[in-house]
Amino acid sequence: MFNYTFQWKQAMRGLPEMLDGALVTLQIAIISMVIGIIFAVLLAVARNSNSRLLRAPASMWVEVARNTPALFQIYMAHFGLGTFGIHLSPFVSLLAGITFNNAGYLAETFRGSLRAIPSTQLRSARSLGMGPIQAFRLIVMPQMFRIAFLPTTNQMVWAILMTSLGVTVGMNTDLMGVTQDWNNRSFRTFEFFAIAAVIYYLIAKAVTMGARLLAWRMFRY
Amino acid sequence: MFETGLTLNDLKFMGQGALITLQVTAFAVIGGTLLGLLFGIIRSQVNPWLTLPLVFLLDIFRSVPLIIQLVLANAFQAIVGLGLSAFTTSCIVLALYTSAYCTEIVRGAISAVPVVTRRAARSLGMTWGQDMRQIVFPMALRVGLPSWIGLTLGVMKDSALVGFIGVFELLKQSQTLITRLQEPMFILIVAGAIYFLLSFPIARLGGQLEKRWREND
Amino acid sequence: MIEIKDVHKSFGPLEVLKGVNLTVEKGEVVSVIGGSGSGKSTLLTCINGLEPINSGAILVDGTEVHARSTDLNKLRRKIGIVFQQFNAFPHLTVMENVTLAPRKVLGMGRAEAEEIAVKQLNHVGLGDKLKVYPGRLSGGQQQRMAIARALAMNPAYMLFDEVTSALDPQLVGEVLDTLKMLADDGMTMICVTHEMGFARDVSKRVAFFHKGILAEIAPPDQFFGDPQHPETQQFLASVR
Repeated sequence: MFNYTFQWKQAMRGLPEMLDGALVTLQIAIISMVIGIIFAVLLAVARNSNSRLLRAPASMWVEVARNTPALFQIYMAHFGLGTFGIHLSPFVSLLAGITFNNAGYLAETFRGSLRAIPSTQLRSARSLGMGPIQAFRLIVMPQMFRIAFLPTTNQMVWAILMTSLGVTVGMNTDLMGVTQDWNNRSFRTFEFFAIAAVIYYLIAKAVTMGARLLAWRMFRY
Repeated sequence: MFETGLTLNDLKFMGQGALITLQVTAFAVIGGTLLGLLFGIIRSQVNPWLTLPLVFLLDIFRSVPLIIQLVLANAFQAIVGLGLSAFTTSCIVLALYTSAYCTEIVRGAISAVPVVTRRAARSLGMTWGQDMRQIVFPMALRVGLPSWIGLTLGVMKDSALVGFIGVFELLKQSQTLITRLQEPMFILIVAGAIYFLLSFPIARLGGQLEKRWREND
Repeated sequence: MIEIKDVHKSFGPLEVLKGVNLTVEKGEVVSVIGGSGSGKSTLLTCINGLEPINSGAILVDGTEVHARSTDLNKLRRKIGIVFQQFNAFPHLTVMENVTLAPRKVLGMGRAEAEEIAVKQLNHVGLGDKLKVYPGRLSGGQQQRMAIARALAMNPAYMLFDEVTSALDPQLVGEVLDTLKMLADDGMTMICVTHEMGFARDVSKRVAFFHKGILAEIAPPDQFFGDPQHPETQQFLASVR
């Protein structure tokens, strides 16, 4: 039926290297999430603030991140900065692009979460004598993270899948890059990418389930 | 002030890419929504155990990078000898991808319609079909529209990936210009602006529809 | 001593405090009653500086609340306030809710803070709920926890803003009993309340808040038995 013989055995030889690539994928995703969350909190606070000076750039970041393709954001880091003579490595541009994207989406998520917390919580904290930053750190932020936990987990899965875009800027050490390498050498496109697809699927499922377990443990109130 | 090598012809070149982007997006959204409606209704009405295989399949679309789905589909159609163009393959893949998300939106929107309201309709003698059309559909539409708009805009952004399998959408065209003109930042900003321009009316339309409904409710 | 001198406050074009005067001595319990609306609650939130005032002055032990130089965080350690909505911190256990401020604001060590927390929680009758999360408590219990939380800071003054209004009727009693107990202990309290019985039994003076000012203030016997102001008479008649 097919004018093609599937060579799964040959493709499986690439597995160890692909798994190493999966590790790199996870690294990038985790780093981009950690930095992304930090920026997202700052952006969310900036957008809720009364000062135009803080609100405007924060809103711009969020709007660009959410209304342009992630690939575009990665291109901006890798090619766009070239105009200013800045040439980032594929790893760094991919990381920068995904982090920028994460921060933008999460900022919107956190903003919604902040609004879901009754203002009376902050009021009570201040009435007990806590300073504004103390109150935010001890009372508002924990509740914000709880409300935002599920969307943040989704963003993490998103980040993992987004790393595959790195191949377009020359990234060859993550799962997608390694797979593409093997593809170029062997032309067994279907087999290699099918295996890669399975690996991505398993990682995504593991993260989702791990998160659900974590939520159950952390938010038992 | 500042000069650029970008000519009107080049803008037209990018415009052609934008057109492809729109076409792929339109196909994906229309196909994906129709499928999503079908699957969503099935999901919400049929016994969960029976729909498990469907759920599993759709979940795969959401857990594997889109770029890999495109490559796999392209490789597969070559193997099987379908002889589809990269454009066609992209449209099909994106439509399926969209349907996976749309199914969840439809299912969520339908379940947001209070059961008691539907019971009232059936008690009046309406058939299942009438209940769906007259009662569920309008109410579910209001609930699901914001998410659907979000999905549409998302698909437009994801369409940038089809460039990887050789479709000349906006970002790929921009790439060509960058290689030729060596003004990456400027060209990318223009591309970004075009993306903004393409998504703005859709977002606006959604906002207006929501507003109109809110006034009537 | 809390002194409220000719305080005016507006929310935009709407003036809610139109020249309020009141002095509360140490150990006094003053109840503030009046029609529904945010005038009474606003007064309390002005006393601890949560709300700014437009003119006049509020002094707590001689310190002007709204002066630029006043350290509000420090001042609030002296003033405990309990709101209508219990505002339990949902992500902390009862014990953690009560020890949080003593540890983070007063810098107390954990052991010391927990000792105080246990004492206050026992005092309000929640000694067996230390490790429970507020979500699992009834409204009355959450409100008592809120009281213990405020008391743990060892305030000189306690402000109560309609603390029973959001409770189911059968839970009101336990909270009022707690307030009564505090009054007997000698705490200086200002209670905005709808509970006339409480106002009569526990207060040293009862004040009637009407149209942005304290129209009448008198000891309970005189207030309820022989009200002077026509508005007071009308109000009391309508709630009978």
